[in-house]
Amino acid sequence: MKERLKELQLEALERVEKASTLSDLQDIRVAYLGKKGPITEVLRGMGKLSQEERPIIGELANKVREGIANELDVKKAKLEAKELDKKLEQETIDITLPGRPVQVGGPHLLTSIVQEIEDLFIGMGFEIREGPEVETDYYNFEALNLPKGHPARDMQDSFYITEDLLLRTHTSPVQARTMGEYKGSQPVKMICPGKVYRRDTDDATHSHQFTQVEGLYVDKDVRMSDLKGVLNSFAKQLFGEDREIRLRPSFFPFTEPSVEMDISCKVCNGKGCSVCKRTGWIEILGGGMVHPRVLELAGYDPKVYNGFAFGMGPERIAMLKYGVDDIRHFYANDVRFLKQYHKAE
Amino acid sequence: MFVSLNWLRNYVDIENITPEELAEKITKTGIEVEGIEYIADQSSNVVVGFVNECEKHPNADKLNLCQVDVGDEVLQIICGAPNIAQGQKVAVAKPGAVLPGNFKIKKAKLRGVESNGMICSLQELGIEEKYVPKDVAEGIFVFPEESEVGVNALQLLNLDDAILELGLTPNRSDALSMLGVAYEVSAILDVPIRLPEEGVETGTEKASDYVSIKVEDPDLNPYYGAFVVKDIQIGPSPLWIRNYLMAAGIRPINNVVDITNYVLLEYGQPLHAFDFDQFGSKEIVVRRAHDGEKMITLDDEERTLKSDHLVITNGQQPTALAGVMGGANSEVSDQTTTVLLEAAYFAPSAVRTSSKDHGLRSESSTRFEKGVDPNRVKRAGLRAAQLLTKYANGTLLSGIVEFDQLDKSEVEVNIQTNKINNRLGTEISKETIADILRKLNFNYDQDGDDFTIHVPTRRQDITIFEDMIEEVARIYGYDNLPYTLPQGASQAGGLTNQQQLKRNVKNYFESAGLMEAITYSLTTKQRANLLISPEIKSKAEVPVALAMPMSEEHSTLRLSILPEMLDSLAYNIARKQPNLGYYEVGTVFVSEQKIVTEQPEEKLRATGAVTGEWISHPWQQEKRVVDFFLVKGIVEGLFRKLNLSVEYKQVKIDGMHPGRTAQIYLQERPIGFLGQVHPKLQKDYDLKDTYVFDIDLDYIFELHDIEPSFLKIPRYPSISRDIALVVKEEVYAGAIQSTIEEAGGSLVKEVQVFDVYQGEHLAKGTKSIAFNILYLDPEKTLKDEEVEKSYQAILSAVQDVHQAELRG
Repeated sequence: MKERLKELQLEALERVEKASTLSDLQDIRVAYLGKKGPITEVLRGMGKLSQEERPIIGELANKVREGIANELDVKKAKLEAKELDKKLEQETIDITLPGRPVQVGGPHLLTSIVQEIEDLFIGMGFEIREGPEVETDYYNFEALNLPKGHPARDMQDSFYITEDLLLRTHTSPVQARTMGEYKGSQPVKMICPGKVYRRDTDDATHSHQFTQVEGLYVDKDVRMSDLKGVLNSFAKQLFGEDREIRLRPSFFPFTEPSVEMDISCKVCNGKGCSVCKRTGWIEILGGGMVHPRVLELAGYDPKVYNGFAFGMGPERIAMLKYGVDDIRHFYANDVRFLKQYHKAE
Repeated sequence: MFVSLNWLRNYVDIENITPEELAEKITKTGIEVEGIEYIADQSSNVVVGFVNECEKHPNADKLNLCQVDVGDEVLQIICGAPNIAQGQKVAVAKPGAVLPGNFKIKKAKLRGVESNGMICSLQELGIEEKYVPKDVAEGIFVFPEESEVGVNALQLLNLDDAILELGLTPNRSDALSMLGVAYEVSAILDVPIRLPEEGVETGTEKASDYVSIKVEDPDLNPYYGAFVVKDIQIGPSPLWIRNYLMAAGIRPINNVVDITNYVLLEYGQPLHAFDFDQFGSKEIVVRRAHDGEKMITLDDEERTLKSDHLVITNGQQPTALAGVMGGANSEVSDQTTTVLLEAAYFAPSAVRTSSKDHGLRSESSTRFEKGVDPNRVKRAGLRAAQLLTKYANGTLLSGIVEFDQLDKSEVEVNIQTNKINNRLGTEISKETIADILRKLNFNYDQDGDDFTIHVPTRRQDITIFEDMIEEVARIYGYDNLPYTLPQGASQAGGLTNQQQLKRNVKNYFESAGLMEAITYSLTTKQRANLLISPEIKSKAEVPVALAMPMSEEHSTLRLSILPEMLDSLAYNIARKQPNLGYYEVGTVFVSEQKIVTEQPEEKLRATGAVTGEWISHPWQQEKRVVDFFLVKGIVEGLFRKLNLSVEYKQVKIDGMHPGRTAQIYLQERPIGFLGQVHPKLQKDYDLKDTYVFDIDLDYIFELHDIEPSFLKIPRYPSISRDIALVVKEEVYAGAIQSTIEEAGGSLVKEVQVFDVYQGEHLAKGTKSIAFNILYLDPEKTLKDEEVEKSYQAILSAVQDVHQAELRG
């Protein structure tokens, strides 16, 4: 009987080995392990065996049975995996076809630049203030030390609505308004971005509407070297650590001393090229120490408080940073232009 | 201001510095040098030649064959200039010379005759046409007889010069003169300055016998000096004066005019020369013009005057518009023999008004407008008189006839060493400050660390302590200031809630597929009246208009962003970009006044427009053309994001499709609209179907609370029920939805339309709308009976209110 069992085991394992489908396996299972199968038959004939032999053969028969069952399971798993592979193979798609389109919008380049500037100054403890685009003559000019008849009013011919109302020519009135709000008794540390308007005929470098970001810091004991430090840190973050900056004396009615800030030309690295008009430097902003008259008009005692102010044009910065060659691009809303600057951030 | 460096050399020593280095130093010290121009950059080998012989070319009518002595040889040169003649001294470009424009001179044969060089006009040597004296504009330039043959002609013409173009800020009018620039360069380079002499011999006759002065308004004319110069011989001015004028951009005319212009440039003091014999009287009266009074100025224009304009008169008629332009009646001409020379101080405001009203900006008016140096007025007159006696053969009569109430005193400014350092963040010593003042040529008294500065009157821009800080800082060098950071108490910067919300709203639109546009705030009058949201229209009487627009195109402030945004769509479509989705967040300008006297209210709007295909080139699905529900979906998304619930009501708005426009209400208040642009307007703009929205952001920001408050996540499951109703076509889904929400009770969490059907399976004139109703009890597990009760209530309510029937 032993021999018969071993024979059966060999025979069954061989058939399992050869089986290639799940139904083959099922047949084998029925044939060898089923109630009418040969192993059951062997077990039935155990009655003829001696007392001693019975458990030995019984154990052997169970082992054979388990061995076959195990092999069947292993083989089944193998065949199932193979069948799944085959099924998945048939499900293959053309992954080079395009995905279902999703509309993607994005910010205007000017908004990106302004936000970048805002975030840099927020990091240095500045708040952001806004103000009206239609201003009074007082806030646009007089509060900024530009009384009626001042020659510097020529510098910025304006769009007047009435004798007293105009489209603001700079965002500086927001500075005067903020100081007025703080009533001369607390420090002011703010920037004011916004639209401004001047009587210019639109061409490649002029626009009757453009953007400005101005900043103001008023406190006790503000030094001109602070202005230099803040602007330096701002410019390096915006334009890159490798840019050099320099300040030149200049003139604005609302600051004294006044400065203009240049950065070293990126195109030629300061050697001189057509972009920087052979000077190696590109002007990017103006500023200075707040004129005592401006402080006084806003209710700050210039003997106690002083400060610095600065202003810059995001269009110009965008033109320098990205090589935009015509200021009218910013207002034509040509989708081909706008899309170039939708950064995936 | 154009500064000839050869001219500047007369006053300061600049031999050891290149024009580029000098320009860099001037720029860094405060006056921007905008350009350096070398007139005769490439010219060489051009000398003075004497025309020995001049005959007609044997083979050409218009050419002359000349033998020209150039010192070391005689060259045969063919010349086509009409004014060439034997005996002239001319500029000869010898073979090998290179003229401006890289024009190389070579030996050549012209009509069979050899020519060894070229006789040059001033234009050919690099002088701009407009500065070339009229008498030689059509031909070659002729040197004065005394010129030496064979010398470098370019040097003689000052064409070896470099010219700095200064971009002057309004405060630095002191540098509108060669002396002013010389003072600046003297301070920068620390070299001494040499001032011109003004000494002049006078004749025996007294000027006061010829003329008297009466000034009616001393505030406007605190100084008037009259110099009488007799025996004048009008002719060309000396070559060096002509050269300097051309370098500075002024065309030479004759000796008298050239000398007044020369002194204007040298001293920064405008002068005027009258022909004394044509002046019309012996009395100079300076007064305000009479309203409506007329005069003809030098440019032959008739000017109508007002009492704001200051005039010089002969007691009867105006002879000059003070500080701006002389009168034609007393103009210096070739016949002039006696010159009445005016050196005066006119108030800046008076000159500015005249210049502005008559659209006349001259070298004179720009200087008077900024305020000339009170201590240089008379000196400039003397300098001109001196040059007239020297170069126009004149005789100055003794005694200057003058009216003088001019304040010539110097302003005093006190500075303290420590205060300077506190403001600049520096540690400059008092010795360094003293040295800076010396370089600037400022007089001062020093008491230890304190200085009292007597500011020279040429520097009208310095009046207060801060002005002196700048002077010290710029000579010390802005480059030498340290970099520091503010030492005040630090505060946290940041965005306000509204600013953060504005950014969030913009981000939302971008994630919804729209691109940000920025359009002009100024539009046309016609467009300013289009597509205005009802809540704006009910407030704004009329759009706010500019008093004096530059063009109709940008004449009126917008009441809606849409008209210009539609223009941007059209702009792109014309460039073959037909599929567009834009938004803009910006202000519109609302005034409740018919005649605007107060600042308009500036309302923040979120506006958008879509046109064309929303999804193009899909390979799996139908392409989607924009429609009402696309825009509504975008708008709904915004309010979901802001956690605000709004209602939509049908509305009619000018410029919008009457059946496809919805007004948006937030808490009963109208806050904007959305819908399709009226097909007629679409056609005007050349647009296909275009859908837009326009929303009031101010009110939204007012209501919206940016901090999200925590809502418990429901622990119990929800139950969902569908209900399909058949109603008449004209019943609005929104109305049924409201009924369902109302009738369903507090357990109804959400109601959503999921299907709308109209067609063969339904009776004509009806439609079916299917809703999904979500029930939730946050406190316990829902029971079927509760849901069923609510469902029945809903059913009977929609049957009552909308005659709806359950769809079988």
